[in-house]
Amino acid sequence: MTRLAALLLTLVLAAPAVAEPSYRATGDLGLIVERASGSLLVIDQSERAAIGRIEGLGDLSHASLVYSPDEHFAFVFGRDGALTKVDILSREIAGRVIQAGNSIGGAISDDGRLVAVANYEPGGVRVFDADTLEMVADIPTGSKTIGLVDIPGRRFVFSLWDAGETWIADLSSEEPRITRIAGIGKNPYDALVTGDGRTYIAGLFGEDGLTALDLWDDQPAPRRILPEYGRGQEDLPVYKMPHLEGWALAGDQFVLPAVGQHEVLWVDAGTLDEAGRTRTHGQPVFAMARPGGRHVWVNFAPPFNDTLQVIDTRTHAVIHQMTPGPAVLHMEFTARGTEVWVSVRDANRVDIYDTATFEKLGEIAAQSPSGIFFTARAHRMGL
Amino acid sequence: MLRLLLVLTLAAGPAAADGLTADHARRLEHLVVQDCGSCHGLTRKGGLGSPLTAEALAHFEPEGIAMVILDGVPGTAMPPWRPLLSDEEALWIAEYLLKDDDK
Repeated sequence: MTRLAALLLTLVLAAPAVAEPSYRATGDLGLIVERASGSLLVIDQSERAAIGRIEGLGDLSHASLVYSPDEHFAFVFGRDGALTKVDILSREIAGRVIQAGNSIGGAISDDGRLVAVANYEPGGVRVFDADTLEMVADIPTGSKTIGLVDIPGRRFVFSLWDAGETWIADLSSEEPRITRIAGIGKNPYDALVTGDGRTYIAGLFGEDGLTALDLWDDQPAPRRILPEYGRGQEDLPVYKMPHLEGWALAGDQFVLPAVGQHEVLWVDAGTLDEAGRTRTHGQPVFAMARPGGRHVWVNFAPPFNDTLQVIDTRTHAVIHQMTPGPAVLHMEFTARGTEVWVSVRDANRVDIYDTATFEKLGEIAAQSPSGIFFTARAHRMGL
Repeated sequence: MLRLLLVLTLAAGPAAADGLTADHARRLEHLVVQDCGSCHGLTRKGGLGSPLTAEALAHFEPEGIAMVILDGVPGTAMPPWRPLLSDEEALWIAEYLLKDDDK
């Protein structure tokens, strides 16, 4: 009853706004993580501009975020263990919990009801109600936990850095049900799931190769991919861990960053056999297929992190190279792949490029920008 | 606290003597915050890498820390920074880590 009254009051209060529409849709909005200042820049894709800033989010180094299904809220996973829910329309913090000492990333369930966070300290996954941020499940793993993704059926998949295992947590009923899969390999550092929720690929830091799981199997068995990609070559020092995300599928092949090598690796998506390698400018951090899969854009670890390369997915040849500026950290494509937005951390700038002509279309000032996240991610599995 | 002050005093000596330019020091500080921060956290409270707060490092000598920076820790994700940093720069960073505890 009080709720109804509150609703009526809201309607009354909102009434004057009807005369002069002030509503805004969220489909072309996004957020840029400003990692040093603990803030988020709200961006408008169509205007190619920043339209606001949300502050007070703590340590955002390596921060990532996911969106609610209605693209109204973002859930931000901070390095300091904070889970913050932000309202991207009012540009306010809608809720915040310090849920662990040190966390690395998170995911939202397919139905949008649950938000899961992967933690380093204490190692494990904690699951929260997306409305209230109350904890609904605590899944200790005894290991730094990485590569957390959502899959259909209110389930989450994640991997254990120390233990070399992948766990599937099913939260469709009251008590979480855990499926443990051993033998993933030494020190999985990140993982991805394909857009269909079927193939989970964990990258390994402690040995060459990656491990794939077919999540359509009841008890998925680890299958090693590219077990010898670095053989005969000495590993280079890794100044930045590569990232694996749901951008790896380009047509009928996966494109994956090699660890400790100046290469991206191509894998046949059907057979999981090697389909080629491309020599790159530096050690790849992100290898991201443009939506549609025609090209792959690659950025690099220090000291080569001022450069981007574009690779043709049919020929595996580098077709374009550019130097946006110091510390190119992240790229984000518009939903249909027409533009790519690039954070140039040490220039305090986000550049916008046309993906067909490679022409620079604009730039936005941002403080030490890292991750860029458009709301279209709300509707993609594994993002 | 007394111990920390002592470390601070001891660490401050050689750093001042080394005489890196202010601009050089700023660049190194930026590297610590941003690139070390990727693994150890912007506030250095740890991540994939261990915490690097002055408190966490208090029982190490700056020379020992500089060695770890230059040679890395084999078998872990800590890479050798020798290809990118000089001995002098690594020592500057070690001393910076030991004295800078108010973040």
